[in-house]
Amino acid sequence: MITEIIISLLLVIGGIFGLVGSLGLVKLSDPMARLHVPTKATTLGVGSILIASMLFFALVWGVFSFHELLITLFLFLSAPISAHFIAKAYLHSYSRADKVPPTGTGAPWGTYGKDAAPEE
Amino acid sequence: MITYALYFAFGCFSLALLFNLYRVAVAPVMTDRILALDTMVINVIALISLFGMLMGTTVYFEASMIFAMTGFISTVAYARFMLRSDVIE
Repeated sequence: MITEIIISLLLVIGGIFGLVGSLGLVKLSDPMARLHVPTKATTLGVGSILIASMLFFALVWGVFSFHELLITLFLFLSAPISAHFIAKAYLHSYSRADKVPPTGTGAPWGTYGKDAAPEE
Repeated sequence: MITYALYFAFGCFSLALLFNLYRVAVAPVMTDRILALDTMVINVIALISLFGMLMGTTVYFEASMIFAMTGFISTVAYARFMLRSDVIE
């Protein structure tokens, strides 16, 4: 009984997180704000679905499978890399070195190279 | 109870896929399309896992593993193509 409650709770939480992640992709106005929603919320949603699946097969069916851990590890490793590439593509296509906020350390933004350094 | 939670999660991720499809069709900037396709891949991985739970087999996890790898490679390739107008230099 308690395992059913835990698995159902994880499934519902994962579904809500996935829905919120994709809703933010439609609803938010700024492109960089739209970038941060799915990469966080959807990864969390899929992670909780996969944990629920692992618990389901281990406790209800009695079969332990490592595939979910592999998929979770791969998603958690690859999501920041793809988000970094998308942010870089946005910065170089739709933004310029004088439109981004200052870094706060005096150094220029690394992605725009040395030419974008502010004049001292 | 698990069956009802499964159907709820199916509904949530299907609605999320519809939102992503709208964002692929109507995008203010080009990076939104890459992002929406990446999110679609992640949502489809969740749907495949949920379907495996509903059927009670672990066969579908290989499919979602391959889908995760292909989605990551295609996202990186699309972003590289936008950045450098070339995938492999």
